Amino acid sequence: MTRTLDDLQETPSQTAGPYVHIGLAPGAAGFDIYERELGHDIAGPNAAGERIRIEGIVMDGTGSPVKDVLLEAWQANAAGVYAHPESPGAVEGGFRGWGRVITDFETGEWGFDTVKPGPVAGRNGTVQAPHINLWIVARGINLGLNTRLYFDDEAEANAADPVLTLIEWERRRATLIATRSERGGTPVYRFDITLQGGAETVFFDI
Amino acid sequence: MTEAEYYQRDRGRHPPARDEGYKTSVARSPNYPLISLENSVSEITGPVFGHGDIDPLDRDLLKNYAKHGESPIGERIIVHGRVRDENARPVPNTLVEIWQANAGGRYRHKKDTYLAPIDPNFGGCGRTLTDADGYFYFRTVKPGAYPWRNGINDWRPAHIHVSVFGHAWTQRLITQMYFEGDPLIATCPIVNTIRDKAAIGQLIAPLDRNASIPLDSLAYRFDIVLRGRRATLFENRLEGN
Repeated sequence: MTRTLDDLQETPSQTAGPYVHIGLAPGAAGFDIYERELGHDIAGPNAAGERIRIEGIVMDGTGSPVKDVLLEAWQANAAGVYAHPESPGAVEGGFRGWGRVITDFETGEWGFDTVKPGPVAGRNGTVQAPHINLWIVARGINLGLNTRLYFDDEAEANAADPVLTLIEWERRRATLIATRSERGGTPVYRFDITLQGGAETVFFDI
Repeated sequence: MTEAEYYQRDRGRHPPARDEGYKTSVARSPNYPLISLENSVSEITGPVFGHGDIDPLDRDLLKNYAKHGESPIGERIIVHGRVRDENARPVPNTLVEIWQANAGGRYRHKKDTYLAPIDPNFGGCGRTLTDADGYFYFRTVKPGAYPWRNGINDWRPAHIHVSVFGHAWTQRLITQMYFEGDPLIATCPIVNTIRDKAAIGQLIAPLDRNASIPLDSLAYRFDIVLRGRRATLFENRLEGN
């Protein structure tokens, strides 16, 4: 008999369920418990770069808005540095690069305020276009879904991005690109996510 | 700086996106296959939390929502364990968050309309950071089972939802912890989204008599394993190959 490897194996995932807000966003669940809820401020007050708003909706396979989603964002600062010891460089004081938002229970809309990230290094000397990593959990989602948000005003960088160009179905690349507009002087990027169907957003196994 | 990649996720141990037994998954599961990415700095980094982010009381669900001098009703338990990676290395200083129903199976959430009452002294959420050995603990009450609209008579086994970050975006994980001996585990459509029986076993916390506090609380042990990372010996670095 062959010896087996003695590595441990990853704990299996389970859905976050309908009441994920209790643990991760208790204020939204309707009660006050923590002095500081985490994930409200991605960039902090000192971050350089353009202040932007990102917003959208998550739709299921029937085109209905999903109203119990929790999204987390992970991004670099405007100089392309992540707030982590393995990302070369330094970030501004108060820049965490991570955020957590939930969808509105009535409308399904979500949104967060941040700064536009800069390009970050890719593998083997390539450069990745500015992007925000997103992670989506909800009732009915058994394992968190990973995707990326890119910006439509970065067409040149997007065309050379090593991840976008990896997507063989060219028409699907557009599902990862947020659309810029302006509201009250603030740039707003719209990023709707489709969980299932022809216009399905690209999800990654990272 | 190591810049080594994380092990590929073994998706055979995780539930598939679509499982007809768990009805909500049918319209919320992608049809197209996931695009597999080699790790870049975007995946091997992740948020860092510190003691300034949380209060030590946040891990004590017996106290963190109770009125002064009062306690929630239910079976007092300790839930504890270690967070390690697949190489059995401890994952220190990582954020572990939990949420759960009260002893009657009712959540403190405006969307929960189950007729079992709210406990005025129980919130149902907690969080803590692992110590240098990857160890964590919570004090809480054992949650009750509750019904849910899937099949008309489906009941969730008692469970605690657990969220863990690890040190990289690739390690981010949400799961559920079940309790040893609960007969509802075998019939639960959400548990059974996991095909691999051994993997299900990893979610069932055994009673840990050694960690119980005599005349106070029983204990359950829930160890968590996050994705491991390659050694940096050969051609498995992000750059330089």
